[in-house]
Amino acid sequence: MIKAVLVINTQGKPRLTKFYGFLTVEKQQELIRSVFGVLCSRAEKVSNFMEVDSIFGPDSRLVYKHYATLYFIFVFDSSENELAMLDLIQVFVETLDKCFRNVCELDIVFNYNKLHSILDEIISGGQVLETSSTEIMRAVEEISKCSLPPSPPSLPPSVMSESASNSISLVPKTVSGWRSR
Amino acid sequence: MEQLKTIGRELAMGSQGGFGQSKEFLDLVKSIGEARSKAEEDRIVLREIESLKRRIVEPGIPKRKMKEYIIRLVYVEMLGHDASFGYIHAVKMTHDDNLVLKRTGYLAVTLFLNEDHDLIILIVNTIQKDLKSDNYLIVCAALNAVCKLINEETIPAVLPQVVELLGHSKEAVRKKAIMALHRFYHKSPSSVSHLLSNFRKKLCDSDPGVMGATLCPLFDLITNDANSYKDLVVSFVSILKQVAEHRLPKAYDYHQLPAPFIQIRLLKILALLGSGDKQASEHMYTVVGDIFRKCDSSSNIGNAVLYECICCVSSIHLNPKLLEAAADVIARFLKSDSHNLKYMGIDALGRLIKLSPEIAEQHQLAVIDCLEDPDDTLKRKTFELLYKMTKSSNVEVIVDRMIDYMISINDNHYKTEIASRCVELAEQFAPSNHWFIQTMNKVFEHAGDLVNIKVAHNLMRLIAEGFGEDDDTADSQLRSSAVESYLHIIGEPKLPSVFLQVICWVLGEYGTADGKFSASYITGKLCDVAESYSSDETVKGYAVTALMKIYAFEIAAGRKLDILPENSVIWHMECQSLIEELSASHSTDLQQRAYELQAVIGLDVRAIGSIMPSDASCEDIEVDKSLSFLNGYVEKSLEKGAQSYIPENERFGMVNISNFRNQDQLEVTSHGLRFEAYELPKPSVQSRTPPISVASSTELVPVPEPSYYRETPQTAPVPSSTDTGPSGLKLRLDGVQKKWGRPTYSSSSASTSNSSSLKVVNGVTQVDGVSSGNSKTHETSYDSRRPQVEISEEKQKLAASLFGGSSKTERRSSTGHKVAKASSHASEKFHTSKSTTIYSADNAVEKPNLVQPPPDLLDLGEPIVASSAPSVDPFRQLEELLDSTQDPGTFGGTKAPDFMALYAETPAGGRSAGVALPLSLNRDGDNLIPGLSNASSNTVHGGTTVTNPSQISKGPNVKEALEKDALVRQMGVTPSDLGFTLLLFLLRSRYMEKATSSAAPAKIGGGGGGSRRQSDLNRSFKLAIRSLLTSCSKQELAKAFSNFSNAEQESLHRLFIQDEFESLCLETQVGTALETVEQLVEEKNLDPLFSEKSNIMDAVQNLSMAKRNEIHYLMGMLEKAEEQNRCLQDRVELLRQKMPDDSGISVVMEKFKSGILSYGTCSDGI
Repeated sequence: MIKAVLVINTQGKPRLTKFYGFLTVEKQQELIRSVFGVLCSRAEKVSNFMEVDSIFGPDSRLVYKHYATLYFIFVFDSSENELAMLDLIQVFVETLDKCFRNVCELDIVFNYNKLHSILDEIISGGQVLETSSTEIMRAVEEISKCSLPPSPPSLPPSVMSESASNSISLVPKTVSGWRSR
Repeated sequence: MEQLKTIGRELAMGSQGGFGQSKEFLDLVKSIGEARSKAEEDRIVLREIESLKRRIVEPGIPKRKMKEYIIRLVYVEMLGHDASFGYIHAVKMTHDDNLVLKRTGYLAVTLFLNEDHDLIILIVNTIQKDLKSDNYLIVCAALNAVCKLINEETIPAVLPQVVELLGHSKEAVRKKAIMALHRFYHKSPSSVSHLLSNFRKKLCDSDPGVMGATLCPLFDLITNDANSYKDLVVSFVSILKQVAEHRLPKAYDYHQLPAPFIQIRLLKILALLGSGDKQASEHMYTVVGDIFRKCDSSSNIGNAVLYECICCVSSIHLNPKLLEAAADVIARFLKSDSHNLKYMGIDALGRLIKLSPEIAEQHQLAVIDCLEDPDDTLKRKTFELLYKMTKSSNVEVIVDRMIDYMISINDNHYKTEIASRCVELAEQFAPSNHWFIQTMNKVFEHAGDLVNIKVAHNLMRLIAEGFGEDDDTADSQLRSSAVESYLHIIGEPKLPSVFLQVICWVLGEYGTADGKFSASYITGKLCDVAESYSSDETVKGYAVTALMKIYAFEIAAGRKLDILPENSVIWHMECQSLIEELSASHSTDLQQRAYELQAVIGLDVRAIGSIMPSDASCEDIEVDKSLSFLNGYVEKSLEKGAQSYIPENERFGMVNISNFRNQDQLEVTSHGLRFEAYELPKPSVQSRTPPISVASSTELVPVPEPSYYRETPQTAPVPSSTDTGPSGLKLRLDGVQKKWGRPTYSSSSASTSNSSSLKVVNGVTQVDGVSSGNSKTHETSYDSRRPQVEISEEKQKLAASLFGGSSKTERRSSTGHKVAKASSHASEKFHTSKSTTIYSADNAVEKPNLVQPPPDLLDLGEPIVASSAPSVDPFRQLEELLDSTQDPGTFGGTKAPDFMALYAETPAGGRSAGVALPLSLNRDGDNLIPGLSNASSNTVHGGTTVTNPSQISKGPNVKEALEKDALVRQMGVTPSDLGFTLLLFLLRSRYMEKATSSAAPAKIGGGGGGSRRQSDLNRSFKLAIRSLLTSCSKQELAKAFSNFSNAEQESLHRLFIQDEFESLCLETQVGTALETVEQLVEEKNLDPLFSEKSNIMDAVQNLSMAKRNEIHYLMGMLEKAEEQNRCLQDRVELLRQKMPDDSGISVVMEKFKSGILSYGTCSDGI
């Protein structure tokens, strides 16, 4: 099962953290710090996998992917396939990209709860639930369509991200560009 | 950072509400982004928390605003700050009807709370309601929350609804319901055990997404119990087939691959179901083969599926075709430029190597490339692979590489792992002793503090037991090379403690064994170690014990003069100062060891030989825990009307042991301090006093312990041996029984057996047949060819050493290197029978005395051998051993004090009174039981020298028993035998305890080193030893009373050293008082509630009160003791006058005997 999903920026600040077992806030911070420490020291062009028994306890692997200013990190045990996890990160980011049109770090910071909604569609209780980004998008859109509070309505995601994408582009490459990596 | 600043402008735009958040939140994020230090960030966040705390409780906050506050709380907590003040608001928000608010509330609580949080109870009701909602999105939100928030107790509250939702019309709900159920299964399998069939049903769901979700719980279920799901094999195979054939809707394609995640999960399940099941596996071959063929290996996810296929193939029943396909894929992986694929390739290779070792060869160069890759992950994976393919032909290369890598990394976790792997491989495949020692040295030097202490113990045991070869020369070579290398390495700075312990132990045991190094050289080194690592008490302890052993061996070997100060002043001075320093050490352990050393080197040759037998660390010590050898004595005493022993637990609660304790109890109840431990010092105090006047005073021995002896009339001068006997016994047994952890003592059942259960089985170790390191058989027997590809020479060499040359030494590779001695006979025979095969014949010629394959690690490839494993009669072995050690001349140097030899020797030797004692010491030390039974029977018969042949004949050997009998008659057994016997017994047990606890700590569970009982025991031992050593000359005494029997002389001698005893007694009592105080302080420290529950003044008062009481009590005892001593001295005076009178002597003898008995027993029982 999946133990944790982390999004950390290149300065070590957590942008999204989700642990599928309960951990105290202090423990979470400790784990984030050690994961970041390990990731920092990794050279370019090495594998995306790591064994992190020393951080997360026995039978722990980690797959990470570095997009622009962000690390996307999945921690899981031996019942998952590393390459498949790598693709799950891809699914997650693709979905974000669809959701925010050229996703950037700011989108992630400011749409914290939306990110969680997306993640909840993909992973439930530590198990991979859905891997089709269109399906995920549909579910998320349905949620946001539904019953928005009347007074100043928050813009639908497409509009929102359009305004963002005009000026802010922290992610230099498009998702299609990453795919070919 | 930079980037965030540059977009600062843009944030202004965002602050218009473009992100659906307020300007404040944006400002917060921005300022945090711009924070230059962690401290600054913390300040900002704390300010934010303050403002949130204030504002969140304001009345009438608009819901939108509230939602934002909650999100800000989540954000703050993600940054590592406590947001618990807002939890309740998040819980409130889950009650909201608005979906967005409700979802935000659920999100916050799932992130904030764990399943056992108090607030959960407020949410359960909401969840129940929401699960019934018409809006499926609300249901989904509730199901998400269920996964995280419901614990074992609350499962029943939501279970019915969740099960109902399995049939919901929306597939999203069905999926989430399955996940929730799966989660319940994780948390409490029993709560949903009746619902597991639902998962099977849902496998047939019309929606492929739901079916895919069902595979998650099924995977878990099958992992736990594959057999109950064998019937599903066909279904899984057909699903996989359909998926692979693109029968699913296009929407499930991912990168043109049909539902790869479902394929992966199915393949995982098939691997589980097909493992070891030929029939099930046959169903799978076709579909797995299809996937191998069809799968697109250009995309990442395609490779993921292929990798999963390889895993499946390696798990299910072997199919050569599939194996070939898998090997091809591995080749592709390894040749790829992607590190990810190389990693997967190495991992897959590790899986296949078990089935088909040749595969590794094709890829040897790729493997070496990976080994030299800068990527740590890949490197580690490769080491894992190498670890799996290690055999004796390549062990040197692999272990050397591992050690190099181990030295180069800083990650302690992995360092530990790789160190233990090195040790394991070295133990299993070591090609030579020298290499093994060198390797272990390196491992310990660089990772000594990280490896498990067991590894060190293993190494010590290995050196002690040898590699299992039969001939001692190899073993002693191993030891010499170990000693040599340790002496070389010992000077290096900052060695790990564990390593030093090994070094000290080995130097102590074997430093002087081969005569290469002088004792003075080694002791000098040991002293250096103790000095330079003065903060490490364990090392110091090991060093002191090693010193003691060396001295003991030196003395035993007759080189006594060497250790006298005048002969070699310098190094002795060094040791002297060390010992003196340690005698005053704060560590009681070190202090004790130092005193022991002093005591032991003061003994004479024979005593030392039996206390510290040379090279005896492998000997087994059988301890008769029930002390059945005393049963005869107990019975006799009971016949004479003594009280029977009442086990301690029965004693408690029946009576108040003393008024001292009474007071305590009162105080205890008043403030709840645990004072129970007060009782412990009591018996020790009482039993520690007897040594003062052992020989003379009978009254002192049954120290008034009101609880036991209230009814016993205390007739002062008449020596009531019935009284003293049992009381002494009781105390003694008490101590012993505690030491070995026996809950009760059962001698009241008075069995008559005098079985010789306390004996040293000479030379035959009964260690477990095979060490743990051997248990793991490595199936690495494969042929290898020379590398064929033209490639750089160095790599080729490495490849050759890793993969090549395996065939020649292969036989050895699969066998363990280390065998316990006990099995060496068997393995030898085994070896000869095996030598009919070509390989081992080769072996036998090449290295005849290197490795003997143990019978338990048969090469699986050679069934002939397996069936011909012979067994050897252990008794015959024992006999042989006994015979071989019968040469009297070998006593000093042989492994253990050889009792046979001793007996042969004893009658011949002159027996002046002075010599008689050590002789009897030795005898008893060697074989305690007959000695004991003799002694006790003698005692009971009133000092006559009649022995009971029937008892003796129960000794280990009739011949020996007869000899012994003769000896006993010749010598005239003295009643004091018992005392000395017990003393010897103590000495021996202490020595052996050390030896065993250092060599194989598993033998004695924990050793109970710190236990109070044991320290008492040790203390008494010390006192006893000292009193013996400081006594006045026995010869003088013998001269003065030349017409006395040995026994009488002995008893008189005791009287003379009474003064010494008195001073000791004084010391003891003070010591006990101090100890009690110490114990109280310790208790206070241990009691966590103490400081809260009671005030310190109370405690101080209690302590001083208790102390005063005890001192008072002890003073009383002392006075009494002195009085009795006087009385007895008078009697002795009388005795001396009436000496010629036989009848008078027998009366006195009776008194002495009982006194001595109690001395012996009491000194034991402390």
